[in-house]
Amino acid sequence: MKKLILTTAALALGAGMAMADTIRLGTEGAYAPWNFVNDAGEIDGFERELGDELCKRANLECEWVKNDWDSIIPNLVSGNYDAIIAGMSITDERDEVIDFTQNYTPPDPSAYLAMSEEVDLAGGVIAAQTGTIQAGYIADSGATLVEFANPEETLAAVRSGEADAVLADKSFLAPFTEDGSGLLFVGDEVPLGGGVGMGIRESDGDLKEKFNAAIQSMKDDGSLNELITKWEVSSTF
Amino acid sequence: MHWLFYLSFFKVLLLLAITAPVALGFGFLGAMAARSHFPPLSLLGKGYIAIVRGVPDIAFFMFFVIALDQAFEWTRHKILCPEWTDPIRQGNDFIVCQAAKLPLGTAPEWVHETYGFFLAVITFSIVFGAFAANVLFGGMRAVPHAQLETAEAYGMTRRQTFWRILVPQMWVYALPGLSNLWMVLIKATPLLFLLGIEDIVYWARELGGFKNPKFTQYPHGDWRMWYFLALLVFYLGMTRISEIGLERLMRRLSHGQATSGGELLRKETTA
Amino acid sequence: MSCIQTIQDYGLRSLGIGERLLPRNDFTLCEQFTLIGSGMIWNIYFGIMALATGFFLATALALGKASTNKWLRKPAEWFIFLFRGSPLFIQFFFAYFLFLSLKQTFPFLDALTSAWLGALIVLFFNTAAYSGEIFYGALRSIPKGDIEAADAYGMTGWSRFRRIVWPTMLRLAWPAYTNEAIFLFHATTLVFFSAFPVWQQRGDALYYAGYFADKTFNPFIPYPILAFYFILLTLVVIWGFGVVNKRLNRHLPVAKRTKMKLRLNLAR
Repeated sequence: MKKLILTTAALALGAGMAMADTIRLGTEGAYAPWNFVNDAGEIDGFERELGDELCKRANLECEWVKNDWDSIIPNLVSGNYDAIIAGMSITDERDEVIDFTQNYTPPDPSAYLAMSEEVDLAGGVIAAQTGTIQAGYIADSGATLVEFANPEETLAAVRSGEADAVLADKSFLAPFTEDGSGLLFVGDEVPLGGGVGMGIRESDGDLKEKFNAAIQSMKDDGSLNELITKWEVSSTF
Repeated sequence: MHWLFYLSFFKVLLLLAITAPVALGFGFLGAMAARSHFPPLSLLGKGYIAIVRGVPDIAFFMFFVIALDQAFEWTRHKILCPEWTDPIRQGNDFIVCQAAKLPLGTAPEWVHETYGFFLAVITFSIVFGAFAANVLFGGMRAVPHAQLETAEAYGMTRRQTFWRILVPQMWVYALPGLSNLWMVLIKATPLLFLLGIEDIVYWARELGGFKNPKFTQYPHGDWRMWYFLALLVFYLGMTRISEIGLERLMRRLSHGQATSGGELLRKETTA
Repeated sequence: MSCIQTIQDYGLRSLGIGERLLPRNDFTLCEQFTLIGSGMIWNIYFGIMALATGFFLATALALGKASTNKWLRKPAEWFIFLFRGSPLFIQFFFAYFLFLSLKQTFPFLDALTSAWLGALIVLFFNTAAYSGEIFYGALRSIPKGDIEAADAYGMTGWSRFRRIVWPTMLRLAWPAYTNEAIFLFHATTLVFFSAFPVWQQRGDALYYAGYFADKTFNPFIPYPILAFYFILLTLVVIWGFGVVNKRLNRHLPVAKRTKMKLRLNLAR
């Protein structure tokens, strides 16, 4: 009996090995233009195209998985998917828990968005999404931080006057300056984080190397810059 | 894309339909354990009821799904890969062999989604099972003691008394509590998105949220208000239907019971 | 840094007293216990205030629903149905939208969008509806003999209500009302979670638990701490309501008192 179990285990293991090239990519799906759900209900955006291309170059079969932002790292370390590709800035505290590939966008500035030029960014009320690097930055800066559960509500707060301004990735905010509701960028840009990279489990060195190589090759032949320009997510390399 | 929104209503209904009996099962086991004359078992039953009832369901949902998933994979890992020598916990990482992964890494996407749904059902059932256990425990104790004594006098064993006398009679006493629990369960479903299920609240936020013309053919402003209004109507409707259904059930169960409700029914039919 | 120091720095952080910056790295168990405990202040505040105010509205609603006058009965019925029939989550969402637009028209209603008042109002309505239904059920099951006895003593109107109907109603409703109180305390965790923004990182227990889970990426420590606090709180609530229950029942013979207990938790 024991032998039987062992063989099936070996079989299952063998099957796992043969197909181990299937990699699950976790993303949030609510952060246009990085990643979002399009009209057809599919994940779309800069990272969708980038991820598919990287997988092709690294010879991996990739599947997309949506996961809530709050639990995106716990689910990675718990093995529910193999990589995070969700506009995640490389920060020290995240780096303690997971590994990052090299960045696939240069450090992207964050920016303040407000309804008028004359807001007090140093001492006013600034909105941010709970648990982002921007929230941490505002808490340190001395301004009054007001946190909302999702990015949508931070913008609603600025429109309604609850908050004087919102601090978020500039590329995320940029489309809202053009929608005719009077929102505009104010103050200086704030450099935060070390660019955006893919999050990989610390024990998964192989996968990290594969993606590192793929990102490098896209950097070298200029196709990464093309993608960045196409989706207007950040400056180019 | 909107069909996903409609689908999510179906998901919620499906979850309710599966969770209710499973939670009742957990509740029954919990109540039986709490009644047990074997102290560790009774302690286990009472502990389950007290602890799970004492914690807000959100707090439970925040970590329980991952814990459950890891527990399953850990068990499978121990059984399927006994020759594996690397530690499962490496720093922050939780690593099991490929064969122990749930679902298998090679499984298609729908299996993953079904598995996620299954975890949500289990989590909901454990939480609401504790409430159900509490209600059933009360229901069992509310059955008039004379009934049990009579059974004993007829020479029934404890087991026979339990299954033939206590269980059939306890439902009528437990039903008000259980129907209340059903209502609470319906209203707990907006928290499903915490368990990683794309439920109606998730889609109401996603579809209702500001849509930039750049990324969609149907741009619009902040419409969440209207989507949530639809949810409100859905929930009020569910509540109303449940109220009517449970009222009927209560009438049927009260039939021939030694309660004031049963008495009322008797009078109605004889008058 | 010793734990006492941490408690001094962060014990009242949820009210904005003490250290302004939350811990950023090397999180200790002590810090997690202190901050999550500090957040409990809000949960307790919401729970107690909503219960204390909701109690009176609940009594009024129960009387309204039991009334023979259509103009009293219908509004009470609808109020109870609306708040019992919809998830608190959605009530918070609508309330916040409503308060926001009210505030824009009437600037003096400024406080409505902050959690301490706005969320309290929603919880107040919510618990009033639930308790109202419980009280209504109890009102209907007051033994006919009690009312007849009151009539025989010549009691009418207010004095009959205050001395006979109301105490009996409370006595019958108390076990279910205890349950409602427990649920209400649990419901307070939704305040900052879904609806109201957190100002200057002054949040409730769930907010801080979420903060730590987010920084340490390990949900298995902060959330169980939160659970621990709530189990404690639940025990205190059960104990407190038990004391009142004893007082409500002190005139009854002992055998009957224990019987009351059996009915505990049959209905929310």
